[in-house]
Amino acid sequence: MKARITVTLKSGVLDPQGKAIEGALHGLGFADAANVRQGKIIEMKLDETNEAAARARVEDMCRKLLANPVMENYSIEISA
Amino acid sequence: MKTSVIVFPASNCDRDAAVALEQATGKPPAMVWHAETDLPDTDLVVLPGGFSYGDYLRSGAMAARSPIMRAVVEKAKSGTPVIGICNGFQILTEAGLLPGALLRNAGLNFVCRTVTLKVENNQSIFASAFEKGQTVDFPVAHHDGNYFADKETLDRLESEGRIVFRYVDNPNGSARDIAGIMNDAGNVLGLMPHPERVISPLLGGVDGALFFKGLVEAAAR
Repeated sequence: MKARITVTLKSGVLDPQGKAIEGALHGLGFADAANVRQGKIIEMKLDETNEAAARARVEDMCRKLLANPVMENYSIEISA
Repeated sequence: MKTSVIVFPASNCDRDAAVALEQATGKPPAMVWHAETDLPDTDLVVLPGGFSYGDYLRSGAMAARSPIMRAVVEKAKSGTPVIGICNGFQILTEAGLLPGALLRNAGLNFVCRTVTLKVENNQSIFASAFEKGQTVDFPVAHHDGNYFADKETLDRLESEGRIVFRYVDNPNGSARDIAGIMNDAGNVLGLMPHPERVISPLLGGVDGALFFKGLVEAAAR
């Protein structure tokens, strides 16, 4: 299976990079760009063939390394 | 007094820390590579500043999961003093030895200058050399020093006297001007500024020398 993990800063956590990107977009004339937040995407391939088991495995990875629950949320997509 | 400095790939203040420790104890520390699984016999562990693993994923995230950290966590839990300076502070939060996290500086700039800190609590091994309320000057050099924790955690740190140093003029947006905190047992300190960079008048100050001397004396008691 393939996994795609999206890690984002929790709402309420200051995202100065998002703010800088928003400022640059405004400078380029995209005046309506608001609440810009920057996150990251992690992709991987897994030997696991069962979707639920693959998801559980990636959940474990998120808790142990891929996301920091103090400041980040994550979501997981599993595909064949 | 036996001391150890953990060396991660891209640590860059490990040798400064070693010089500061040798000055304070009279003996060079053991330099322990991150891939080791055991610590030598040691009375104090220092996680130095730097950019371990290139700050990949999150500052300190990879280092916190490196083999030696299991031994460091065990040592810390058994009561041995552990200090993390700058990147070392980030590693301590990522390893779960200290609460909260260090986010990108609020102003986005890398901040590199000497800052003034107020000693908030001198009732621990970490600041017993100083008077409560006195100020000390330590340099900072970081991109991710913006201390963040939820309100309950911040309130608990305040009420339990675990904020050891506060910025007089906050350089990075840190919650409650926090520059250094300790764990509830009082044996683990995380500090963003660099006391090891001010251990001689030649380096521009001696407040760091006082910090290490006080720490070594208090830890030996």
